[in-house]
Amino acid sequence: MIPIVYPLSLAVVMFCVGIVGFLLRKNAIVIFMCLELMFNAANLAFITFANHFQLIDGQVIVIFIMTVAAAEVAVGLALMVAIFRTKHTVDIDQLNSLKG
Amino acid sequence: MESGLSFNLVPWVVFLPLIGLGINLLVGRKFGERFAGITASLAVGLAFVVSVFLAVALAGHPEGVTVPLVDWITIGSLTVRWAFRVDTLSVVMMLVVSGVGTLIHVYSIGYMHNDVRHNGDEGRFTRFFIFMNLFIAAMMILVSADNFLMMFVGWEGVGLCSYLLIGFWFEKGKDGIGNANAAKKAFITNRIGDFGLLIAMFLIFVNFGTFQFDEVFSQAAAVAAAKPGVMLLITLFMLLGVTGKSAQLPLYVWLPDAMAGPTPVSALIHAATMVTAGVYLVARSSAFYALVPVAQTVVMWVGAATALFAATIAVGQYDIKKVLAYSTISQLGFMVAAVGMGTTVAGMFHLVTHAFFKGLLFLSAGSVIQGVERGMGHHSHGDVDPQDMRQMGGLRKRMPVTFWAYLAGALALSGIAPLAGFFSKDEILASAWHVHPAAFIVLAVAAFLTAFYMGRQLMMVFFGEPRSEAAQKASESSRVVTTPLIVLAVLSVLGGALNLPGLHTLEHWLAHTLGEGNPAQFLWSVAGTSLALALLGISLGWLIYSKKSDGPYVDPLKKALGPLFTGMENKWWVDEIYAVIVLNPYKAFAQFMAEPVDLGLIDRIGGGLAAGTRVLAEGLRKTENGYIRSYGLWMLLGLVAIMTWLFLR
Amino acid sequence: MTVNLLVFLFLGVVAIAAAAGLILSRNTIYSALFLIINFLAVAAIYLVMGASFIALAQITIYAGAIMVLFLFVIMMLGTEKPKEVEQIKWQRPLAIVLAAAVLIEGVYALITRVALKVTTTAGTAALSDPKTLGLSLYNKYSLPFEITSVILLVAAIGAVVLTQKTRKGSGQ
Repeated sequence: MIPIVYPLSLAVVMFCVGIVGFLLRKNAIVIFMCLELMFNAANLAFITFANHFQLIDGQVIVIFIMTVAAAEVAVGLALMVAIFRTKHTVDIDQLNSLKG
Repeated sequence: MESGLSFNLVPWVVFLPLIGLGINLLVGRKFGERFAGITASLAVGLAFVVSVFLAVALAGHPEGVTVPLVDWITIGSLTVRWAFRVDTLSVVMMLVVSGVGTLIHVYSIGYMHNDVRHNGDEGRFTRFFIFMNLFIAAMMILVSADNFLMMFVGWEGVGLCSYLLIGFWFEKGKDGIGNANAAKKAFITNRIGDFGLLIAMFLIFVNFGTFQFDEVFSQAAAVAAAKPGVMLLITLFMLLGVTGKSAQLPLYVWLPDAMAGPTPVSALIHAATMVTAGVYLVARSSAFYALVPVAQTVVMWVGAATALFAATIAVGQYDIKKVLAYSTISQLGFMVAAVGMGTTVAGMFHLVTHAFFKGLLFLSAGSVIQGVERGMGHHSHGDVDPQDMRQMGGLRKRMPVTFWAYLAGALALSGIAPLAGFFSKDEILASAWHVHPAAFIVLAVAAFLTAFYMGRQLMMVFFGEPRSEAAQKASESSRVVTTPLIVLAVLSVLGGALNLPGLHTLEHWLAHTLGEGNPAQFLWSVAGTSLALALLGISLGWLIYSKKSDGPYVDPLKKALGPLFTGMENKWWVDEIYAVIVLNPYKAFAQFMAEPVDLGLIDRIGGGLAAGTRVLAEGLRKTENGYIRSYGLWMLLGLVAIMTWLFLR
Repeated sequence: MTVNLLVFLFLGVVAIAAAAGLILSRNTIYSALFLIINFLAVAAIYLVMGASFIALAQITIYAGAIMVLFLFVIMMLGTEKPKEVEQIKWQRPLAIVLAAAVLIEGVYALITRVALKVTTTAGTAALSDPKTLGLSLYNKYSLPFEITSVILLVAAIGAVVLTQKTRKGSGQ
């Protein structure tokens, strides 16, 4: 009913917004949230194609993506808490000791 | 004995010396001098016995037999085997090498005993016999080879052993490295000759497709007809190898310096066996030379010129061994001239008799030297050179056995009938008279000079009054030393029987391998002339050198010949000329290559690469700045690049 | 202009606006709330396309669990306002340029390569049914399913381990 170009373009736009946020914000937690935004864009594209090709596989993949994203968020936020205990900041530019 | 069984024994002529060498290497030092010496001599002696068996078997089967051992190289169409060729020519060489070799090994037991007494290092004694056995093994490989490549292995092996043995007393000599330098000189000069031989072998392979003697020589005529230039090149390059190994002009310069080695080494390697390898090579390849008359002439003139040149130098030498060294070069010139003229049999005959009397002369000289050293007693060696003939004199009373042996050798060398040297040298002169009278004149003059300098040497060493305290107190050598001298003296006297005119035993024996060739004839005129020249030479020597002189010794010829004699004394400054023409420019070139080119250019390339890598690394390092967001930026950049590329495709 | 299209357009605008709000907002809590709005909009779009189970899963997992976790952490760590000084030069302009490049290329590629007439279909009963999803998940995709369960286990353990206070003397 709606041309698939529209949802796909929406996915691309969301993805790009996520990229810009990822590169421009300094708060580590906001960067994480932009990552989630990018995941979301990918999910949208998958569901669009699942609908277009009438296959269930797209939805299955989305389930997996969501699962893995959840796991990743858990670990990532735990990391951030651990870092905050020592550095007392979540500014990502302060975490630059691994330099060559 | 079955001929088949006998022929299969031939690998043992190589294996026995190797076994002797192995035993000495492993346990020689433990069991002492006597054991090492006897093991080595026994090894060579047994090899001689095997050679005798082979000769007997060959008598019933004279065409010769090839005994293959193992396949060595098989690449494409090239098959090279370790195979032994038992034919009349190789058996003659085997008998000479092992026979004279055994006598010299026995002699060395006594001779090197003195060395050990002076230096007190028994390990050296064992090392000497290890090297000697290695030499015999390599020489046997050379003469019994059935193809050029195996012969070359032996060729190189004897060159190596020559190096090892010349530099045996490696810490002695001028400035502490004189002997080592002599060894190096021998090796490098030989190398130049080997280069020639290698080129010849490459040409043979390219044109014949094989290295085996029988296959190559059977195709020789066809190839010579089709490509005469190639055959000329092969023979001339082979000649270069011969001039290196057999000490002919221009590569003879290593042999006089090689006298730095122990006297048994000089006897075995530089008189009887190794230097004859070149003559053997030409004899074996006589099929080639017969097809290229130009090459034959070149070979003959090289031999004749060398014979004369070396003989003139020998007249002016004061070191007892140097006289014999130049004499060897001169006699080798005779042999090379003979095979160059096409009378290969005469050359081989002289090879055999020369092994007898030159080996005898060297061994006797060694006995003389050690006698004089004994006479010096506790004096240091520095003030009197035991090898200087000017310090000797009147030794015939103090060392009688040595004297008689030396006399036999000297007369044989000079060509006094009916000793061995007379018959062999006369055959060469006779064929020279036939083939090329100009060469005959050159060789005759050389023969005269040979007799002259031998007379000179006899007078200076054994007659007259002792000119130094060491000579006064000299004593005879032990029986281990003098017995081989006696045996060789007998051989020198009777050796002419090998090829008496009329009987021509050796000629018929060798004809089975070499073909008929030019039969040597006995001309009374030539024989008479050569005998007269020899007697004249010896008498002149006796006359001139029997006068007594007061004060420091001055050679009577110095006044008579003046500058000519100075040239002879200084070996015509050949080494100095070579240094200026060849060595110094080469050293300058090497210095140039070492410094500006190697250090400056090539090392800088390596260094430059390293520095460049470091610069690159430091540049790339700046991308690792620790900021996660800049890493993200790089990732995005990559993503955009890939998308663009896919987009534009 | 069908109803579906209108609905979709409305939801799309909401999603984009929420995303923009996420990256532009100075307050971290506001950013989190914007993200929740984005998730809800996208879930509605899933419903339009007939993937009802996924839509509900999105709301439950993403908006319900993940964002709650985010909010917990934000409140625990305190929202600070970091320095405005940009330490990496070229970061801002370059990021915008490159992101714009991606956007333009992506949209352009879609428009030229994908035929405009291709439309989505209505949600069929088969595709909306969780039964189909379950069957596929446990038959065809059983291996990835097991692996994801391991991932979740690892994540749970990891989260606990990482936030343990270091004990004196054990050097953890």
